[in-house]
Amino acid sequence: MFEAVAFYLFSFLTIAMFFIAVTTSQALYALTALAAGMIFISAFFFILGADFLGAIQIVVYSGAVMALYAFGMMFFDTTRDVKEKKGNKMIIVGLGTLAAILVVVIFATPMVADNIVAFYPMTEGVGNTQDVGMVLFTKYLIPFEVAAVMLLVAMISGIVLAGKKMDLSLTLMSDAEIKDVKKEKNKKVLS
Amino acid sequence: MEIGLNHYLVLSTILFAIGLVGVMRRKNLLLLFFATEILLNSVNIAFAAISHYYGDLTGQMFAFFVIAIAASEVAVGLGLLIVWHKRHGNIDLDNMSTMRG
Amino acid sequence: MEMFLYIALFAPLVGSMFAALFSASPKTLIAGIVPSALLFISFLASSILLAYVLKTGGSIHVEMMTWMATGDLYIPFGFMVDQVSVTMMMVVTLVSTVVHVYAIGYMSHDKAFNRFFAWLSAFVFSMMILVMSDNFAGLFIGWEGVGLCSWGLIGFWYHKEVATWAANEAFIMNRIADLGMLIGIFLVYWNTGTLQYVEAFAAMPSLETDILTWMGIFLFIGAMGKSAQFPLHTWLADAMEGPTPVSALIHAATMVTAGVYLIVRANPLYDLIPHVGLFIASLGAFVALFAASMALVNRDMKRIIAYSTLSQLGYMFVAAGLGAYWVALFHLMAHAFFKALLFLGAGNVMHAMNDELDPFKMGGLSKVMKGTFIMMTIASVALAGIFPLAGFFSKDLILEVGFIQNHYIIYTVLLFTAGLTAFYSFRLVALIFHGEERYKLFGIDPHEAYKFMLVAMTPLLLLAIIAGSLKGTYFDMVTIVLPATQYHVHSAVVYWIMTIGTQLFVIGAIAFAYKKYALSEVKVPDGTSAMENSFGYKLLKNQYYIPQFYENYLVKPYRELSLAFWKEVDMKIVDATVDGIAKAIYNTGENTRDMQNGNLSTMLKWMVAGAVGLLSLAVVFGLAVKFSSEIEFFLSTLGVQ
Repeated sequence: MFEAVAFYLFSFLTIAMFFIAVTTSQALYALTALAAGMIFISAFFFILGADFLGAIQIVVYSGAVMALYAFGMMFFDTTRDVKEKKGNKMIIVGLGTLAAILVVVIFATPMVADNIVAFYPMTEGVGNTQDVGMVLFTKYLIPFEVAAVMLLVAMISGIVLAGKKMDLSLTLMSDAEIKDVKKEKNKKVLS
Repeated sequence: MEIGLNHYLVLSTILFAIGLVGVMRRKNLLLLFFATEILLNSVNIAFAAISHYYGDLTGQMFAFFVIAIAASEVAVGLGLLIVWHKRHGNIDLDNMSTMRG
Repeated sequence: MEMFLYIALFAPLVGSMFAALFSASPKTLIAGIVPSALLFISFLASSILLAYVLKTGGSIHVEMMTWMATGDLYIPFGFMVDQVSVTMMMVVTLVSTVVHVYAIGYMSHDKAFNRFFAWLSAFVFSMMILVMSDNFAGLFIGWEGVGLCSWGLIGFWYHKEVATWAANEAFIMNRIADLGMLIGIFLVYWNTGTLQYVEAFAAMPSLETDILTWMGIFLFIGAMGKSAQFPLHTWLADAMEGPTPVSALIHAATMVTAGVYLIVRANPLYDLIPHVGLFIASLGAFVALFAASMALVNRDMKRIIAYSTLSQLGYMFVAAGLGAYWVALFHLMAHAFFKALLFLGAGNVMHAMNDELDPFKMGGLSKVMKGTFIMMTIASVALAGIFPLAGFFSKDLILEVGFIQNHYIIYTVLLFTAGLTAFYSFRLVALIFHGEERYKLFGIDPHEAYKFMLVAMTPLLLLAIIAGSLKGTYFDMVTIVLPATQYHVHSAVVYWIMTIGTQLFVIGAIAFAYKKYALSEVKVPDGTSAMENSFGYKLLKNQYYIPQFYENYLVKPYRELSLAFWKEVDMKIVDATVDGIAKAIYNTGENTRDMQNGNLSTMLKWMVAGAVGLLSLAVVFGLAVKFSSEIEFFLSTLGVQ
């Protein structure tokens, strides 16, 4: 009973938040709604017993990603109203609804055989976090490491892209050009 | 009233549809990124639910990787947006027409 | 002996290739001399083969190489020299050697001298393949080869529109007939399983008469085309647009007799179907008379001789159709000699008269051109069949064949035609060589041809005179392979009456021709005299209106039909379909250009649309799999599977 109440409550909240996030014309509202939606989603994870995932959801999304977006928004000066295009909204809503209905139909029709065998069953008597850790560092170790590398690459690329003068490559420049660059730097430092 | 897997899947689908509408509707690239976050999260719900109802941790593992990918996407995407904004002074999707055929 | 066979066969090819090397360069005398010399070698080799065949009575059979061998089909490049083919080889090589040498003089002022010899020798090579092949496939190759060379030589002066038109006409008419020939060959292969003469003919007696009849008819259709029998005869007269040596070689002595050769070669087949043979004979007799009547009034020297050739081919078909194959072959041989001689003489006259062809504008040339005059007169006498020249022996023999086999209508027609032949031949001789010198009115200064040309013609002259005396030897030789039926009128009195009667009739015709055209005054016809306006004259002059008939009732409707098909079917259906496909694709591209307008949000929309499409497919297939048994049941009630 409690589970059902919680599910419906959070479902309503999540849908409402995300709806605001995609429809509002105020970027700030959208950001706030999105962050709220993320937190509400973590509630589902807790209901489903995926405690660690829920924690990660709050930390990564509401913490890191939203912070990034918030900084980005300051950078882009999105305080002015966001202009939306004046295209046919029926098409957009229609396509979205159709896709949703189709997916529901796919899930509602039990096409998948029921005899699915769990590859990595949850271990009885251990907490979710410990359980996740055991699987993640054994069976999914290589994808985990690859994901780590990917994050590193993303971080570096983010720095390179956003940083100033990051488009200059010392390895691709001739010595004379490097000297020029150094001179300019020195000038700035001196002045 | 028992909450089953289908409930979660339908919820996930609805959130995904909202995300799709956002993707199609938004012109501002930053808000477009918001919509893609919604898409990824809706899928995460489905993964977690399936993981729970089948008693298999694989779903949660995939959810982790999705989160990792989402984080990288934001990092790279925002970097690109900044570069674009420096060059053109806006992040309007309709102005990005260098791929015109 | 095989070496001589290969020499005889390939010497002309070498000559042709040699001349072809020079085909793009200006006139080179050596391009004429070498092919002629090689042909003479070929002639010598043929003579050696003839001597061998005469002496041993056997035949030479070689298989040069395998040509086609797939499954049951086995066609070798095989050659056979037997009594029949050696006769043809002698005729072909002799006449073509003479014509080659003659042409060195005749074509000496032509720019395309070298090309002429390339074509002419190529023709001889094709003709040798035709007569020497030991199977129908080889025969067909030679058959097409001579057709091609004939096309090239008729249209030799391709800058003249009439010449190209005549070349195409000849080629197309032969194509029509060759289709029949090809069907005949297919029938032979279908029913006997082989194309080798010996095996095919050995298998034929066991076949049904119906099949044999069709074989005979279709092969004869091929022969009709090559030998210009009615109704495919119009091309021969038009083919006279080619150079005169070509007319002498191809359209008198060799190629047009290929049809007769085919019938003679296929004698075991035609022996089995005498009703087809009778048809061939009747058609031959008809053509003999038909062509002779057209020659009566024509005012073109070469066309007159061409019609005469047509008429004589009719004689040959009468003999072949009635089963007297050796007689047909004998007349073929004799005719080749005197007709080639006649044509070459006509060539001399043409040269002398600056290519004037109307004999009414000549007259009295005997003073200027003694050699040519004698040769043409003797050739005409031989053609008319006066004792003791070649024509008497061969042509009277055909008359006798008709008489003995009780085909009196054919006999009467042929006898009457013999008179006509004599008349028109001497009408020509009288108009050209006797009477007043009308050419002076037209300001022409005639001159005799080169000496060596006349010398080159003498072998033909000799043979036209003495060919009759070879009859005995010839008979002994060819009857080894051909049915040896002697044609003797049983009662001596009847024989003498017939022979002398025929001779008198012919001589009378000659005398009439001389009286009318040599002794009385001849005026250049100007279309005003009563005779020229009579219906009969006009009918003959216009070749029985057959060319006009073809033009109006076959060519024009065909052209209309083609135009209609072009405009209605090709343009509106075929082209429209192709264009429609192209346009549809183009329009699709044009209309879907907006998808690629570079706007990312449009692209995103399309991406979602594609995802929706894929999802619907997934739903459909998923449902189909889930309800597959129900769907199968439903389909089975509808009757599908």
